[in-house]
Amino acid sequence: MTIAQNPIKLIATLIIAMLPFFALAFDGGQHGDDKEFNASELINGHIGDSHEFHIADWNGHPISFYLPVILWTDNGLTVFSSEKFHHDNTGEHIVETNGQKFVRHNEVIYYADDYANLAEDDKSAFNFEARPLDFSITKLVFSMLFSVIILFIVFYVVARSYSKNDKAPKGLAGFLEPLVLFVRDDIAIPNIGEKKYAKFMPYLLTIFFFIWINNIFGLIPFFPFSSNLTGNIFFTFVLSAITFLITSFNGNKDYWKHVFAPPVPKALYPIMIPIEIIGLITKPFALMIRLFANITAGHIIILSLVSLIFIFKSVFISPVSGVFVLFMSVLEMLVAVLQAYVFTLLSALYIGQAVAEHDHH
Amino acid sequence: MNFTAPESLIFWTTIIFVVFFFLMKKFAWKPILGAVKSREESINNALKSAENAKIEMQNLQADNENLLKEARAEREAMLKDAREIKNKMIDDAKEEAQTQANKMIAQAQAAIESEKKSAMAELKNHVAGLSVDIAEKVVRQELTNKDKQLALVESLLGEAKLN
Repeated sequence: MTIAQNPIKLIATLIIAMLPFFALAFDGGQHGDDKEFNASELINGHIGDSHEFHIADWNGHPISFYLPVILWTDNGLTVFSSEKFHHDNTGEHIVETNGQKFVRHNEVIYYADDYANLAEDDKSAFNFEARPLDFSITKLVFSMLFSVIILFIVFYVVARSYSKNDKAPKGLAGFLEPLVLFVRDDIAIPNIGEKKYAKFMPYLLTIFFFIWINNIFGLIPFFPFSSNLTGNIFFTFVLSAITFLITSFNGNKDYWKHVFAPPVPKALYPIMIPIEIIGLITKPFALMIRLFANITAGHIIILSLVSLIFIFKSVFISPVSGVFVLFMSVLEMLVAVLQAYVFTLLSALYIGQAVAEHDHH
Repeated sequence: MNFTAPESLIFWTTIIFVVFFFLMKKFAWKPILGAVKSREESINNALKSAENAKIEMQNLQADNENLLKEARAEREAMLKDAREIKNKMIDDAKEEAQTQANKMIAQAQAAIESEKKSAMAELKNHVAGLSVDIAEKVVRQELTNKDKQLALVESLLGEAKLN
């Protein structure tokens, strides 16, 4: 038991203790001496997505983990390594594969021919005219796969340990079982009810641990962590959409009756029904925005504090920044679990509302 | 914030999450929740059986108490009986002794009475013999002095009657 717990404690302590130093090292090398430091560019680059996983710079050369670029072009599927862009993000370097030419500008891949004719305002990720559909394994997708594999291994090992040990849980199971029971006894049962909670337990446990581990991984400032996955609005959109779908498909007669035949005079239906439908959508919308905003804000604050050193161009700011970054990192550890809890709790609450049996009808 | 191809992240998140969800459901949540539930049931059963054992124990203790109480009552009763028997025996013995004593006293008295009677009779015989002797002596003296003899007889007789 001591063998199983001590490394966890040790790693956690190390990570917390070294957070500011890693953050300094991470950013310190990213910009050449001759280039003007731009904090918002740095922060935007960090909290966004990219086609390669930047690890560090060495002698002015970036060291990256190159991820595959997968494009659905007008001529079908094209796959090549992101190394071919040579770290270019300005749209100057042209990549040629299978007779097609691509350029990359601000992490968006365009057809080279169309890009040349684009006005500055039209250079956007939403300009589907000028760019192929991009299904690349980006940094965030890579992080997601990584976290999913870690989670699966951990819980598979825990689940296996139960078949050998039918007594009190030991080691990793002893650490994770209270969390599983917390999701069951404090999130699922109070919100969904004793009768129906069991069906939704796998989903609630999955999103709780999935969001939590990605929140934590996002705070660890070095490869293969540090991705702002849970602070990406498309990621939170998918999760909240899944909660919305589960809620809708499990909604009982009372739930839908409340939306499409609310207990008000029929004359008010033209007002009430749109309001109820908006109400259905605002719930997952709030889930999406809450997680995105909280995690992104945390990353921005930590990166801004680190940037202070470069803005002031003084090494004497670094202890101040370090202390603040340490403080924020610890706070973000709390936010990481809190946001996972809130997302799970509200999902359970919405599901509970959809499956609730009403006696007063 | 750079929006790098939203379709990429939406596509992969959906795929990865759905696959991850089903894998976790099958290989992690089901075994874990099942194990936790069966353990909770076994704990509840163990607690219940412990409670039952406690109740049984209490019953047993009550039985023992009753048995003890009965035994004590029996002992008390036996002691009481014994005491009664003892008292009765003593009383009986006393009574017997009394009657025996009374009887002995009565016998003694009767014996004394009969002794006394026989003694009296002997005495009477003796007195009678004495009287005869005296009378003989008197008769012998009368031959000499008649008047005097008469007076003597009379006085002697008077004395003899006193006895």
